[in-house]
Amino acid sequence: MSEQEKKEPILDKRSSRRTFIKNSGLTVGGIVLGGALGSLLGKDSTTETHVHSEATASNANVALMYFTPNQYRITEAAAERIFPADDNGPGAKELLVAYYIDHQLASGWGTGAKEYTTGPFFPAESTQGFQSSLNRQQIFEIGLNAFENHSLKTYEKSFTELSEDEQIAILTDFSEGKVELKGMTSTYFFNLFRSTTIEGVYADPLYGGNKDMEGWKMKNFPGHQMSYVDIIEKEEFVKLEPMALNSQHNH
Amino acid sequence: MVKTLQKTDVVLVGVGWTGGILAAELTKKGYKVVGLERGKERKTEDFLMGHDELRYAQRFEMMQDLSKETITFRNNEKMRALPMRQYGSFLLGDGLGGSGSHWNGMTFRFLPYDFQIKTLTEERYGKNKIPQNMTIQDWGITYDELEPYFDKFEMMAGISGEENPLGGPRSNPYPTKPMLAPLPAKMFIESSKNLGLNPIMIPSANLSESYTNPDGISRAACQYCGFCEKFGCEYGAKADPVVTVIPVARQTGNLEVRTHSNVVEILHEGNKATGVRYIDTQTGEEFIQPADVVAITSYVLNNTRLLLTSKMGKPYDPKTRTGVIGKNYAYQNEGGNTAGFFDDKEFNLFAGTGALGACIDDFNGDNFDHTSLNFIHGANIAMSLTGNRPIANNSVRPGTPSWGKEFKAESLKYANRNLYIYAQGGSMPYAHHFLDLDPTYKDQFGNPLLRITFDWEEQDRKMNEFMGGQTSKIMKEMGATDLVTYSERGTYDIVPYQSTHNTGGVIMGDNPETSALNSYLQMWDFENVFVPGASAFPHNSGYNPTGTVGALSYRAAEGIDKYLKNGGSLV
Repeated sequence: MSEQEKKEPILDKRSSRRTFIKNSGLTVGGIVLGGALGSLLGKDSTTETHVHSEATASNANVALMYFTPNQYRITEAAAERIFPADDNGPGAKELLVAYYIDHQLASGWGTGAKEYTTGPFFPAESTQGFQSSLNRQQIFEIGLNAFENHSLKTYEKSFTELSEDEQIAILTDFSEGKVELKGMTSTYFFNLFRSTTIEGVYADPLYGGNKDMEGWKMKNFPGHQMSYVDIIEKEEFVKLEPMALNSQHNH
Repeated sequence: MVKTLQKTDVVLVGVGWTGGILAAELTKKGYKVVGLERGKERKTEDFLMGHDELRYAQRFEMMQDLSKETITFRNNEKMRALPMRQYGSFLLGDGLGGSGSHWNGMTFRFLPYDFQIKTLTEERYGKNKIPQNMTIQDWGITYDELEPYFDKFEMMAGISGEENPLGGPRSNPYPTKPMLAPLPAKMFIESSKNLGLNPIMIPSANLSESYTNPDGISRAACQYCGFCEKFGCEYGAKADPVVTVIPVARQTGNLEVRTHSNVVEILHEGNKATGVRYIDTQTGEEFIQPADVVAITSYVLNNTRLLLTSKMGKPYDPKTRTGVIGKNYAYQNEGGNTAGFFDDKEFNLFAGTGALGACIDDFNGDNFDHTSLNFIHGANIAMSLTGNRPIANNSVRPGTPSWGKEFKAESLKYANRNLYIYAQGGSMPYAHHFLDLDPTYKDQFGNPLLRITFDWEEQDRKMNEFMGGQTSKIMKEMGATDLVTYSERGTYDIVPYQSTHNTGGVIMGDNPETSALNSYLQMWDFENVFVPGASAFPHNSGYNPTGTVGALSYRAAEGIDKYLKNGGSLV
């Protein structure tokens, strides 16, 4: 666990669930809950998505635009393996990268709005680039499903229930193109997942990831600064407090 | 229902550097100019939220919408060309200012050797030096003839630089002093001097100091904010048509810019164009704009396509090697680069600007002896400090995984401890590298897309190997702890970003049989059609193209003025 995580008290998961149930006017005992609510109150409390740290509870951006709760959970777990928490600082999970990915998939980028999507579609040489009719929403749907199915097949467990090493083994299979996917290679999906994770670590926090500019802080990247005229010729390294675009916008 | 508008003196197809320069020069002389720009209006203040790596560099905010139009690509004629569905190898600019808004600002002059490449290569090495299928040819103009136009462009843009001992002769020094030198640039300069080379600071359009140009346009100095390449400049420090030539043209009252106006056809009768047909992309309305002169001033690829779809000039046929439109497509052979990792130093790599850095021309053009080398031309070798933004820059030593614990730790460690020396090599044309119309894929209006047929050749591989030796030598001298040189050159791949330096297709020369344009960028076959731009380059040099594009545009502006006064072919 990173220093940052230690400082932020995580609300007790059970109590928050109890609060949710109380507020919704439902009880669990004796009543069979169907549909979406039932799955939210799943047997395994570790799979809950509605549990926040105090820091994110008030952040209205921490909610899903596109993913199903299950797609979100797989994304969060896999992104953490791409960019894990360590002594340098937080990992993808704490940086809210999975929310970033969710929000990006809901945008025009998710549907390939500015890409050439007219057919016909033919098999391509690798030098000719992406030639599938799938957009990124569809690619993530297929790819995340495959993370899950490959985990079940290999370990008889959900991806989110695997140990770190097992998750790494699953992702390695994908990166090496060892998993059959519809419409693309598993390497293609892995590379897209990896690059989107890196974006979520380092994009301006306005996009929902890079929480509190922690991604930038770890990398000594100062974000949005108006001028480096005074330091451009300096021979020693200059450490600056980063700033986000929010600091520039007229509120 | 097509609406025919009132005739104008000159109509521009696209308003970037080439269109902007023509607009300024011709409106100052009193001509009425209509600029048709398919993108949107742009202003400096639009970029106040510009320091956004995701929006501009990853999601291509300033680039053309590929859903409306793209190109198709194949490596050779045996392959089926397929559309470039997403951006990769190069980026197509969009909007007022065009690529001149998102460029880096590196402003070189091509070498005297470039303009007479065939003659000079044969003179020095004999006819057998040039492979049979390499179609280099002289440009129909010499460096000395073009020098005044280079000077004009540099004065207008306020280029910051210092005399290059290996460049062509200059009539004037650079109008502004070189950019401030960060530590890595100083190290590059010192190390290459130690090796007996001739380093200079990269000539820059980013402005080292505030500057007022001959048109009376004042701009502020660059702030080295690190968001230049692929971004617009919120200070107006980077020379961009929007803050230089376009306001000058507008001030005369003689320029009318119509944005969202996509020209789909050049109309012509006999050996003259009569005007253009365009579509307002916001309403779908169609217009005909008649004009005395049509200047095709969009990007390289669209210039070529528009001539082909308008059935103007003789299309190039690779089988018979006849025809000219689409001929001599070339690119930029950037390879033989060296990455260096410095365990004992931490640089301020987040700071920088598009054209900041140092370079050498000792291995560019014919500045070195090629007698025992099996390639011609060469590369400008440079270290540039454009600002290492964090999504794109995750350099790790070779052998490090690309994800996970080790990747994270190493990419953080080296974020400000890695430097890169690259060799920007010239790209020679070949009989089988060309542009034509795709038989299958169409744009938003149902017109065929442009098809690119291109691959790397032995010439490129040999040059990369040679340059790899040079870049690694400099990096070693700079004291890198670890270094890796990338000299392997496989098949041209359209996926990774390489360079937006596409050239050729509508080339200039001294003979209508082998070129589309004369030395005034006037079409041989249509005396009132001018096509300035990198599409006019018969080959590409080991440099960024914009300085030479600017010079050719001033030359074309002079040609159009002469033509409007006297008519006829200018050569």
